[in-house]
Amino acid sequence: MLGVTKKFPGITANDNITLQLKKGEIHALLGENGAGKSTLMSVLFGLYQPESGIIKKNGQIVKVNGPNDATKLGIGMVHQHFKLVHNFTVLENIVLGCETIKNGFLSMGAARKKVLDFSQEYGLEVDPQALISDITVGMQQRTEILKMLYRENEILIFDEPTAVLTPQEITDLMVIMKNLTNQGKSILFITHKLNEIQAVADRCTVLRKGKYIDTVVVAQTDKEKLSEMMVGRKVTLEVKKPLIEPGKVIVDVNGLTVKNRLSGKNIVNNVSFKVREGEIVCIAGIDGNGQSELVYALTGLMKADNGCIILDGQDISHTTVRARGLAGMAHIPEDRHKHGLVLDYNLAYNLALQRYYEPHFQNKGFLRYGEIYAYADGLIEKYDIRSGQGTKTPVRSMSGGNQQKAIIAREIDRAPKLLIAVQPTRGLDVGAIEYIHERLIEERSKGKGILLLSLELEEALGISDRTLVIFEGQIVADVDPQDVTYQELGLYMAGSGRKEAMA
Amino acid sequence: MFFAIPLLIVALGGMFSERSGVVNIALEGLMIFGAFTGVVFIGIIQKSGAHIDGQMLLLLAVLIAGAVGALVSLAHAYSAINMKADQIISGTAINMLAPAFAIFVGRRISEKGTQQVHFEDWFRFDSVPKLGDLPIIGDLFFKNAYLTTYLGFLILFISWIVLYKTRFGLRLRSCGEHPQAADSVGINVYKMRYAGVIISGILAGIGGLVFVIPTSREFNATVSGYGFLALAVLIFGQWKPLRILFTAFFFGLLKAVAASSSGLPVLKDIPISSYFYKMMPYVITLIVLTFTSKNSQAPKAEGIPYDKGGR
Repeated sequence: MLGVTKKFPGITANDNITLQLKKGEIHALLGENGAGKSTLMSVLFGLYQPESGIIKKNGQIVKVNGPNDATKLGIGMVHQHFKLVHNFTVLENIVLGCETIKNGFLSMGAARKKVLDFSQEYGLEVDPQALISDITVGMQQRTEILKMLYRENEILIFDEPTAVLTPQEITDLMVIMKNLTNQGKSILFITHKLNEIQAVADRCTVLRKGKYIDTVVVAQTDKEKLSEMMVGRKVTLEVKKPLIEPGKVIVDVNGLTVKNRLSGKNIVNNVSFKVREGEIVCIAGIDGNGQSELVYALTGLMKADNGCIILDGQDISHTTVRARGLAGMAHIPEDRHKHGLVLDYNLAYNLALQRYYEPHFQNKGFLRYGEIYAYADGLIEKYDIRSGQGTKTPVRSMSGGNQQKAIIAREIDRAPKLLIAVQPTRGLDVGAIEYIHERLIEERSKGKGILLLSLELEEALGISDRTLVIFEGQIVADVDPQDVTYQELGLYMAGSGRKEAMA
Repeated sequence: MFFAIPLLIVALGGMFSERSGVVNIALEGLMIFGAFTGVVFIGIIQKSGAHIDGQMLLLLAVLIAGAVGALVSLAHAYSAINMKADQIISGTAINMLAPAFAIFVGRRISEKGTQQVHFEDWFRFDSVPKLGDLPIIGDLFFKNAYLTTYLGFLILFISWIVLYKTRFGLRLRSCGEHPQAADSVGINVYKMRYAGVIISGILAGIGGLVFVIPTSREFNATVSGYGFLALAVLIFGQWKPLRILFTAFFFGLLKAVAASSSGLPVLKDIPISSYFYKMMPYVITLIVLTFTSKNSQAPKAEGIPYDKGGR
């Protein structure tokens, strides 16, 4: 792609960007959210037509008018959100769109053989007969890769492929990617995780705010330089936190159990832990090991079947969500769209969501809009929430990072005793992650208790004072982040260290 | 049997539409359109005094009913797929239009100005050669029968093959579950959804006619809620052809009991109002849907207009 420019009303999403992918290399495309990575890929797939610039393949200028043209050119993509039909088998998903037909009927035999051959050749282990809804995310991703191989694509694009994987699966994926390039495929790897780039990529192109910054050879640079290129200023990757002696116990959770409504299995199984003042406790674990349910039970979104929660000496095991909030619990939810914000409300309403019922904001049941907007302006100023139209901005139109800032502002401003932050940095770029970590540390310094749930090892070890590992609903390890390695923690998360941990 | 077959055909029609991702609540209206035009056609031919074989006439009427159903369903498809309208609303519009249309046109073309359209039953045959002589099976399935019964089974068989064994079926199902995925591999979601809705229109039109032929001698601008019952059959049958067959027969049985409750010696002696039996299918529908809706396997993208830009 040479000198590609794509303009949208009011914004230049891609400004004269050049990207050259060599045969057999892994080329990383690095940039913050909104840097123009997705737009560039959409141009490559013909979803958008660029105002200027050309696309060349093997030295020849090509015209891409739609995804079908891209497929013909041998360009395939693993989307961030997999495009798989959940109640089809792996095989059906792979052949969908280029099926083999015999006498008008589907003939799957040849396709199965082809898929199994590829699976052998590249070490992509899948079960062709399994339903998508029954298999792990890692296997779904392998299905997506097989889909591209089945179409004999030469250029493979991975759009943030590691966001959904466990540490072990990420390592596997890296091996697969290397295998693919050894066989002559070329890979374009979109990401904002620096260590992954260092692990696999040969070269890296950095975009910032729609502009092309540079293309560098990964081996000749380091993380700090890359992140500086991406964000445009120096970023502290190491989290610095002052030493604090934890104070009294803020929350004491004892024997918390949540059953699955359908199977009766314990999703959260007899979980007990304490969080003290001035302490960040992280619960690490692979997605789907009961973290969500644990948080729902803690915050009152779901009824716990057993166990009790004592918040600052008060038993809140059976109280409502609001009562828990008033008792001093704040919640930064996992899914900011589902539980954190009313997307079609404006920013001010969202910021007032936790307080609108206080006398300050209402008068005999009527809302005092003046107060609400004034309060919102204050928070926007204090927490540096950026949006197009200030308090009147529909939250849906804001960037993920700023949506998250809005939630954090709302929750922290209530001066909670305990802050529950669930994957607060999910899907955010380096700059925003830095901001959020700073806020969490700041709250810790004020003597708040913080419960952090994270899927990222780096986060789990980086900012927490104590790390618990959850596996299949049970706490299987309680470690000091100072003296545990990534490998050890990874093993705990995969369940293999359970015995030692319990002993 | 007379009750079950139309349910089967119409529910299968609904299945094609919903599996492609378009809710088709218009089945009732499409049935009326199909039944009305089919019956009018039969009436005209019969009055004209043309000598035509009964079965042949029936088949022609079936074709016409299907064609009209397809034509009307295009309106639903256009609003639901191209205009991204609320599919329930556009379906309801057809449901409201259909009886009005049938009454209006019926009065216009009938000599006495009544809305009923009459026809004669030329279609029943006493026994299928050879098969009718089989013990038990012959009595049950091959005597006093209508061609449409076998047509129903044929449609079931073909539907199953098409849905599960052909490229078309695979693509259709993917559009109902995850249209973005289908689009990303180069399938034209709009085309597939049009196909789904049109097939449902054809089958609903046929189903309407098939409902009227064996049970009545005239058509009175209604199919007695069979289109909605077919929707229930579809849901209860979990959008799968074979389960739809069983459900259709289950509901057909209930209807048959209701219709003949006063005639069956055992039931007649029980002091229960015949209205109770007539209520049964609908009450059971409500109960069953209440309990099964939780683990419903409805196509995931059903009822959501497909927008290329959306992710």
